[in-house]
Amino acid sequence: MIIRPLLIRGGRVVDPSQGLDEVLDLLLVNGAVSALSKNVGPAAEAREIDGNGLIVMPGLIDAHVHLREPGQEHKETIASGARAAAAGGFTAVCAMPNTDPPIDDPATVGFVMAEGKRVGVARVYPMGAISVGMKGEALTEFGEMVEAGAVAVTDDGRPVMDSGLMRMALEYAQAFGIPVVDHPEDLTLSRDGSMNEGLVSSRLGLRGKPNAAEDIHIVRDILLAELTGGRIHLQHVSTRQGVDAIRRAKARGLQVTGEASPHHLLLTDEAVDGYRTEAKMNPPLRSPEDRDAVQEGLLDGTLDMVATDHAPHHYDEKEAAFDDAPNGVVGLETALGLIHTHFVLTGRMDLSTMVERMSVAPARVFSLPGGTLRVGSPGDVTVFDPQGEWVVDPVRFLSKSRNTPFAGWTLKGKPRYTVVGGAVVWEEKQK
Amino acid sequence: MNQPVPVLGKDLIGLEPLSREQILTILDTAEHFKDVSERKVKKVPVLRGKTIVNLFFEASTRTRISFEFAQKRLSADTVNITASASSVVKGETLVDTARNLEAMRIDMVVMRHASSGAAKFLAERIPSHVINAGDGRHEHPTQGLLDMLTIRDHLGRLEGLRVCIVGDVLHSRVARSNIFGLLKLGAEVAVSGPKTLLPVRMEELGVQVFPRVEEALEWAHVINVLRLQLERMKGGYIPSLREYNRFYGITKARLDAAPRDILVLHPGPMNRGVEIDSDVADGPNQVILKQVTNGVAVRMAVLYLLAGGKPEIAHTVREAGES
Repeated sequence: MIIRPLLIRGGRVVDPSQGLDEVLDLLLVNGAVSALSKNVGPAAEAREIDGNGLIVMPGLIDAHVHLREPGQEHKETIASGARAAAAGGFTAVCAMPNTDPPIDDPATVGFVMAEGKRVGVARVYPMGAISVGMKGEALTEFGEMVEAGAVAVTDDGRPVMDSGLMRMALEYAQAFGIPVVDHPEDLTLSRDGSMNEGLVSSRLGLRGKPNAAEDIHIVRDILLAELTGGRIHLQHVSTRQGVDAIRRAKARGLQVTGEASPHHLLLTDEAVDGYRTEAKMNPPLRSPEDRDAVQEGLLDGTLDMVATDHAPHHYDEKEAAFDDAPNGVVGLETALGLIHTHFVLTGRMDLSTMVERMSVAPARVFSLPGGTLRVGSPGDVTVFDPQGEWVVDPVRFLSKSRNTPFAGWTLKGKPRYTVVGGAVVWEEKQK
Repeated sequence: MNQPVPVLGKDLIGLEPLSREQILTILDTAEHFKDVSERKVKKVPVLRGKTIVNLFFEASTRTRISFEFAQKRLSADTVNITASASSVVKGETLVDTARNLEAMRIDMVVMRHASSGAAKFLAERIPSHVINAGDGRHEHPTQGLLDMLTIRDHLGRLEGLRVCIVGDVLHSRVARSNIFGLLKLGAEVAVSGPKTLLPVRMEELGVQVFPRVEEALEWAHVINVLRLQLERMKGGYIPSLREYNRFYGITKARLDAAPRDILVLHPGPMNRGVEIDSDVADGPNQVILKQVTNGVAVRMAVLYLLAGGKPEIAHTVREAGES
């Protein structure tokens, strides 16, 4: 397929991978960055985009997304999820393996890769399961899954309770150059909890999950990374002590990375009051002190990246009593606006850091193409209007699901063009 | 048009959202309904023509029958639905069950459900009045109200009284309704039990915590003894019923050692010899059956007020229907 060259003129290019923040022209030819400089000459056949007033950045990457296919296509499909990603400014996503059947063998990895390519919107990088059937018993074929396209292994949603198995995963993964990704949760402590253990759970009569359930597994994983020399990536860190433990591990030079979700950055367990199932997720929304610590962790780089844990659920499933509703919220179409509004515009984070946390870091941690606009890199670009104000209206999501706790929030900043491999895969319709 | 402000609003979900005045109005209204049950003809026409569904997703004998008596004595038409007979077992969602009932034009739903928040969930989705007859571990407001009415009957007041809830507070909807209601009416509230069965951060709700029941008995004017669900042992919360009785059971010896006479309540059904010994359950300090009697009056008051009955003319039921 021949892709028309794309020339984005006069945008503010923010690319921390090259230490860039200046007004430049960006030319994409044959799916890759061909020129990035002032006054790029006219390119034959090129579509030109006026970048004046817009921010041009390496395409955003979300390292934690549930696309639900195969098996739960009523919640999301690879196609609908990839389109939602593009609408949210993401040019690539990592797909979690807790599908039905789980992504735990090379054939299923291959299916997700192929379907992602067929859809051809945002790039889809599957993660394979750590254990066969995500049962926490025996290792999957890491090597063959990596050859088929898996970028990491994780039993996300089902914590690896067996520390011996986790040790072996951290050892075995090293030969294939992938990190082991963990949803840190000691199930013997979180038991049948459905929200954070605290004053709100005591008031509402809901079963609580204490911070310690998460802290213990974060510390365990760090110790196992130290023991094995392996690379551990900790998902959706939500606790103060968890952030502290990762900060100390990094200071000791261990290969530990972590992610923060927009909901843990911006909400607390008060959002559950009234039994709001759209505020039910795992790990749960925690206390204000925890939220502040996650923010601090993201700002100082203890938490390397923002990842949404986009977890679509059908309307009927969330329309239930709190205990009976599934965990998870969608995040792809709100993350950029939330981080820009609540961190960049409040002056707590500069644009460069935002791009670092939402594009450069995930590319680096998972060795993905992208995360940079260097000449020769893939033409994955997010063009972003920092002035555009909008109200989160779940009905307008391209995701199949609507389960967001941010409905009705007014945000400033929205993607205008999402470009993957030099092709515009999504653009905002101009009124 | 000047619509009078409903005394209770549309629903009774819990005591936490109610004001002190609303709770007092229910208790005072219940006083008028007490003697309906003492007459030869136990019926007044207050809810004639109203249709009420008792929707019980969890087994209940006492609460369901108490509601049913209250409804029948107010002349309402009632239908009982229990989980085993309902279409829930056929996979119907709670919303669909409620909408189907609604389509048959009902006036009120009394619901018990195993999930905290279920009553609020239902109330937000149907126009009928919803009365929470117990939602998970959240609230059981009519139980809280009848407990308060019983305490007030026997001690003449609630303000300034020290009430301790003893036992499995963690899993108890009765405990939460007592805590929210008693605090609003100016009582001091404490909880006592093994720490495995107490919710976290109770102090921040304004509740004292006594890890040993002896300390609680030294402090309290009133104790409300919670039922210990036998499955708590399997859940690992306590090592054995024997040990529970040994350290937390309300025994005659413990009551005798207390510095004052303590009024003993129990929401039932009792596990004699576990949380309460028989000589206490049948002893002079307990008002357990008074609670049951008051339960009917409180539920009549709640039904009356939710249906739009005016508290200031509730006394007329004393004359109404008298034979």
